[in-house]
Amino acid sequence: MKYLCLVYLEEEKLRAVPAKECMACGDGFRKSGILVAAEALQPVATAATVRVRNGKVSITDGPFAETKEQLAGFYLLDARDLNEAIHMAAKIPPAREGSVEVRPVRELTP
Amino acid sequence: MVVSTTDPVREAVNAVYVEHSRRVLATLIRLLGDFDVAEEALHDAFKAALEQWPRDGVPANPRAWLVSAGRFKAIDGLRRRSRFDALDDVGERGDVAVIDTAAWADEESVDDDRLRLIFTCCHPALAPDAQVALTLREVCGLTTEQIAQAFLTPAPTLAQRIVRAKSKIREARIPYQVPTPAELPGRLDAVLRVIYLVFNEGYEASSGELLTRADLSAEAIRLGRLLAELLPEPEVLGLLALMLLHESRREARTSPAGELVRLDDQDRSRWDRTMIAEGTGLVEQALLSRRCGAYTIQAAISAVHSEAADAAATDWNEIVGLYDALLRTDPSPIVELNRAVAVAMRDGADAGVKLIDDILARGDLVDYRLAHAARADLCRRLGRVNDARAAYERAIALTKQDPERRFLERQLGKL
Repeated sequence: MKYLCLVYLEEEKLRAVPAKECMACGDGFRKSGILVAAEALQPVATAATVRVRNGKVSITDGPFAETKEQLAGFYLLDARDLNEAIHMAAKIPPAREGSVEVRPVRELTP
Repeated sequence: MVVSTTDPVREAVNAVYVEHSRRVLATLIRLLGDFDVAEEALHDAFKAALEQWPRDGVPANPRAWLVSAGRFKAIDGLRRRSRFDALDDVGERGDVAVIDTAAWADEESVDDDRLRLIFTCCHPALAPDAQVALTLREVCGLTTEQIAQAFLTPAPTLAQRIVRAKSKIREARIPYQVPTPAELPGRLDAVLRVIYLVFNEGYEASSGELLTRADLSAEAIRLGRLLAELLPEPEVLGLLALMLLHESRREARTSPAGELVRLDDQDRSRWDRTMIAEGTGLVEQALLSRRCGAYTIQAAISAVHSEAADAAATDWNEIVGLYDALLRTDPSPIVELNRAVAVAMRDGADAGVKLIDDILARGDLVDYRLAHAARADLCRRLGRVNDARAAYERAIALTKQDPERRFLERQLGKL
């Protein structure tokens, strides 16, 4: 089953974890066969938000949420169950600085 | 005379239900992989027992029979539902043929099933109130209505909580397993927290007219015993000891009129000596492991009280020392408050008031009723009537529990 591990960090901590460590973590996941995809993200200030209302596209900057933590990256894992996903999420280096939300992927059925 | 011939069997089925239904359920969840399917299977298995046992007699191993019957019925039902005609060869007969040893023969894995059930119900990915509800429902077998009543929650809210927890177990795929040794300490904490919460809800009912709700405490002690039997870790023994030592004072801590009686004023001849002996033995066992934590230390404090003939004869020095140990393991303002009260007993009320004032001055416990109640009592002993009155009034304003409010009002009236 797939789990998306969403890494949340305060903006000023985005670079608190050395890139080398994050890359090593990704490599470890890849070697154990659990990794589907992983990326680090640019700060939220670089983002654009798209909405379609009544067929019209609107674009705004942001998102600017109330919380100080923002989405800083993700790991998509294919784990046996939630316990394995949690076990792996605890190894993601930014878990020490911010938090990692472990979300089961919902399989869409037509 | 159908009734007279079936009654003894019906009674036997009832007895088997009380004794084994939770174990059967725990195993069925493992075999069938789903809480709801397993519950339905459990129900069907007992229905089959009511039909077949009067005719064929009660089987030698009723638990194994029920597991096999439940599994058979569930698989049969799933096949019917998914129209697996090709596999329908066993599904036509009404009776259950039960010689399915693999499912239950291994005692160890069956015991593990009960641990699996406890750890799954107390999985930290579930909301804390859902952990409590699910544990009481699935592990203890209480009905949704009973749980709702005990927690003064509307039954539909509680039912919803349980439904959501079960669907989370399914959708997030929370596995049905005992944690690995590496994960155990953290996961065991969650289980112990649930058990202690259930106990306290029964012992210190946080609101309402009745001071205690004994059945919840009894349920928590039953859970503690089960866990101690299956997983005798020091803190498991410590928690069981703590609950037994508190429970031993249940009779003495309320007056016949339902009023609260403080530890110092309790008639210690009414303490339950059997529970105290059991609790003290468990504390000693846990302390010997040298791996004990906060529950064991609290139980040790309680055991020191249990040994003393009255408040004056209590070894307050020992108690202060244990609170120091507790502060190192599990520092919190509430532990500091309790330590302050012990210091007051050892060194005089003045020393205690100073410590409580320090806590309040930091901004901790300012809205905690017992901090003001303790301060009031110590000020009263020091003859500081105005300070005592102000503190009692603050405590009364903060308490939500009727017997406690009446107790504080009596103390205030005596000033």
